[in-house]
Amino acid sequence: MDIGTIRGLGTLVVFIAFVGLMLWAFSSRRKKDFDEATLLPFADDPESIKHVQQEQASRSNKE
Amino acid sequence: MTTATSTAYHYKVVRQFALMTVVWGIVGMGMGVLIAAQLVWPELNFDLPWTSFGRLRPLHTNAVIFAFGGCALFATSYYTVQRTCQTPLFAPGLAAFTFWGWQLVILLAAVTLPLGITTSKEYAELEWPIDLLITVVWVAYAIVFFGTLATRKTKHIYVGNWFFGAFIVTVAILHIVNSLEMPVTFWKSYSLYSGATDAMVQWWYGHNAVGFFLTAGFLGMMYYFVPKQAERPVYSYRLSIVHFWALIAVYIWAGPHHLHYTALPDWAQSLGMVMSVVLLAPSWGGMINGMMTLSGAWHKLRSDPILRFLVVSLAFYGMSTFEGPMMSIKTVNALSHYTDWTIGHVHAGALGWVAMVSIGSLYHLIPRVYGREQMYSLGLINAHFWLATIGTVLYIASMWVNGIAQGLMWRAINDDGTLTYSFAETVAASHAGYVVRMLGGAIFFLGMFLMAYNTWRTVRAGKPAETAAAAQLA
Repeated sequence: MDIGTIRGLGTLVVFIAFVGLMLWAFSSRRKKDFDEATLLPFADDPESIKHVQQEQASRSNKE
Repeated sequence: MTTATSTAYHYKVVRQFALMTVVWGIVGMGMGVLIAAQLVWPELNFDLPWTSFGRLRPLHTNAVIFAFGGCALFATSYYTVQRTCQTPLFAPGLAAFTFWGWQLVILLAAVTLPLGITTSKEYAELEWPIDLLITVVWVAYAIVFFGTLATRKTKHIYVGNWFFGAFIVTVAILHIVNSLEMPVTFWKSYSLYSGATDAMVQWWYGHNAVGFFLTAGFLGMMYYFVPKQAERPVYSYRLSIVHFWALIAVYIWAGPHHLHYTALPDWAQSLGMVMSVVLLAPSWGGMINGMMTLSGAWHKLRSDPILRFLVVSLAFYGMSTFEGPMMSIKTVNALSHYTDWTIGHVHAGALGWVAMVSIGSLYHLIPRVYGREQMYSLGLINAHFWLATIGTVLYIASMWVNGIAQGLMWRAINDDGTLTYSFAETVAASHAGYVVRMLGGAIFFLGMFLMAYNTWRTVRAGKPAETAAAAQLA
């Protein structure tokens, strides 16, 4: 295999990895985990978690 | 509130690093204003070797990047990793060692660089004994950070910590590979690499110092402090994951754009250019993710100068990560390289993004680690915000004008093929720009004194009992 083919395959592998990453990140199965993780900056602060959750609730009601 | 200390966050090291960030900010930026003044009035070299531009310039870059930026990264990473993992620091003794070790590195840099002791590698000037010390401190940092992640009480690792983690691991690799050198005497070594290989290793290091030290680390800061200050979760957690993997996968290839039209093989230059242009996508993905966190809450910018610092830093980040890919295109680079445009671009990132996101984060962090509701004066934060913004704009605008003028004058040729301008003529043409740059830098520098005063008043108002209570785990 010549160097050009290997480089071409490299591009293909990176492309597949990127598509895989998008599928993984945007899969609905990950939604619950991400919804939990996104609140971590507020989780140790009882007052701000209350704030944020209220706001999130009002946001999702509007949608 | 009188629970045992084992259930309290370790804030002492955070406080130490936070205060030293302000101190080194003043030292590093003051050094920057001095060397900017030297370019306006060369007499300020004082005709002494120790105070010449060539020796003080690396002192400025090391002080602002590794002392100011480094302390800001240590402080914020130790703070956010504990709070998002809901656990105290792993190995607090080792964390204290990273503080004293890092200060020693900075002190040694401040002594050796003016003495002319240097490896001559940009942003890696420190000689081999200091390189070894940096390695030890950095490994200790990694143990503390990843140990804290491993002992977390939460299920997930927050995305900000992914960025901090990537920054710590990659900087370790970059530092070790680029600093491989053969000691000759205690203060003199030679790089293991030579020729074009040396140049490529150096700029693989140099650009990834930008990508991982000055970008990934500060994005970790952004992903915690922007949502926290806005009291809204980040715009899209999914986007933040794609942002993370895309950014770290692409950044590592962009280094060759520093070596366009050199002895570096042409294919490597083109690869560096293409990867640099691709880098626009993840960079803007992150910038949009941070900005859009405020969607629906833009009114908070009116009343909150801290949030203003954070959002404007993202605007400068977006601007300089657009400018960077453009400058990496070979034909644009043919005009911009070696001119002041590059220096303007660096400072759009360094002042506008890195310093402003750090300052905003510290204004959020400092009262919290001293048991205060907020900083002593919001008015002073607001004044600092305007000084920082105006200073940055003056700086980058003057360097654009200078850079483009220099690039055009250097390439101008007469009908007979001779150069239209001598080099000295282009230096003379740059004089006005140097004056404006120095003023912009001085205005930014002035803001740091407001921060120091505000911090001092906030710290002095803190009472030991309140400070201890603030550190309690919820």
